[in-house]
Amino acid sequence: MSFATGLICRECGSTYPAEARYSCDFCFGPLEVSYDLEAARASMTRASIEAGPASIWRYGALLPDPGEEPVDLGAGWTPLRRAHRLGEELGLRELWLKDDTRNPTGSFKDRVVSVALSSARRLGFSTAACASTGNLATSVAAHAAAIGWPSVTIIPSDLEKSKIAMAAIFGGTVLGVEGNYDDVNRLCVELVAEHEDWAFANVNLRPYYAEGSKTLAYEIAEQLGWRTPQQVVVPVASGSQFTKVAKGFKEFLELGLIEGEIPVLFGAQATGCSPVATAFYDGAEVVTPQRPNTIARSLAIGNPADGPYVLDELRAHGGDCGSVEDEEILECIGLLARTEGIFAETAGGVTIASLRQMVRRGTIDPDKSTVAIISGHGLKTLDAVVDTATVTATIAPTLAAAEEALRFHSLVAAS
Amino acid sequence: MSVIVRLPSQLRVLVGGAGEVAVEATTVRGAIEALEATHPGIAPRVLDDRGALRRFVNVFVADEDVRFLDGLDTIVEAGQTVSLVPAVAGG
Repeated sequence: MSFATGLICRECGSTYPAEARYSCDFCFGPLEVSYDLEAARASMTRASIEAGPASIWRYGALLPDPGEEPVDLGAGWTPLRRAHRLGEELGLRELWLKDDTRNPTGSFKDRVVSVALSSARRLGFSTAACASTGNLATSVAAHAAAIGWPSVTIIPSDLEKSKIAMAAIFGGTVLGVEGNYDDVNRLCVELVAEHEDWAFANVNLRPYYAEGSKTLAYEIAEQLGWRTPQQVVVPVASGSQFTKVAKGFKEFLELGLIEGEIPVLFGAQATGCSPVATAFYDGAEVVTPQRPNTIARSLAIGNPADGPYVLDELRAHGGDCGSVEDEEILECIGLLARTEGIFAETAGGVTIASLRQMVRRGTIDPDKSTVAIISGHGLKTLDAVVDTATVTATIAPTLAAAEEALRFHSLVAAS
Repeated sequence: MSVIVRLPSQLRVLVGGAGEVAVEATTVRGAIEALEATHPGIAPRVLDDRGALRRFVNVFVADEDVRFLDGLDTIVEAGQTVSLVPAVAGG
């Protein structure tokens, strides 16, 4: 059972029942789900969690009430892998990768969508919708298809072809907007006022949706043997994943389920869309919106909704935020693949390149245990690598041609 | 000097349903204080306990965000419009 009690304003503390509401009537602050952690402490144990399903729903007690049964394609419980080879390459003593490419639709968005649509069904909705940079649209469309709901997903029209195809294949309505994600988001805020019977996962269902990202922290801690890592690198788009990963570790510590200290969280952004990194380095309290221009389309949110909370968290615990160029992103997609056998989308390249950058400038301590979250699969952004990741040589189907090509390329490699 | 304050739907109930109210003021802070004097209850909704602008309220003077001008001290010329707009989190 869920220990969720309702909604609470993150700014002024006003409380509301668990309904489809996303901003505070009093001060306009964002709402989040509140829990009775005292009651949870009395009944939740490591054993009760371990007895649960191999999905995010093993942590159902600390997620919003999903109603009779969750909308579930099997999100979560993805591998946490010790990355010896990449760690050695970057000079880190203990590096782990949270491989969230291994979700049903290939990104961490399945975690948040499973929670959002479960809440939506419990609240009586029957149409799923979202504003998306691609991954969320795919996940919403897939989960909606699995329960027979219509879906309306709204994306920038110039996204990667592979991402558009992944969103469209599930048969829902996909609207391509001539504009960037921030234009899409503004449009969806207007649409939600006109279509109150649509469950926009990340607008009117946002308080529920966002909770799904806490499961990244829960899983990391459980998979490390019920302890916290010391440092975690999280990609930052709207900032929701970042703030909820922080919340997840704090809740588990408060419940006495894990050992250790609150980890220091580090953000990862592409320089072409780095409003949070820029505000952090400028010492600003307000995140100035940017016009995104980066290959990391899934992180291309120029006006991040949770930006102020990311800044609060970075400053409270001595974190840092990387900002990396497109060339570094591509290089680090290759580095991750070459050293660990994981093919990540561009956001994963941002995470690894930011990790490397922050190790080099000394803000990430190479002697502390570090987890990097790899949030989406490389097949989603094939366009970014098809020109460079290609055949080594094209040859005639003869032994002589093969031997010659092999000899040539080993000579090249040796020189 | 008379300036116009444009209110979001959530605050209109405090002024009898009007979307715009004319007040005498020369700064954003003055406009909010003038509105509070005639329609009590507005100021606590847009300013926090320390009198600073709440994080999720945007204020525009002639379509410019005052956070990039002089904040609550931004000068408002006669006839200009001060718009209070909730920042809606999405994405």
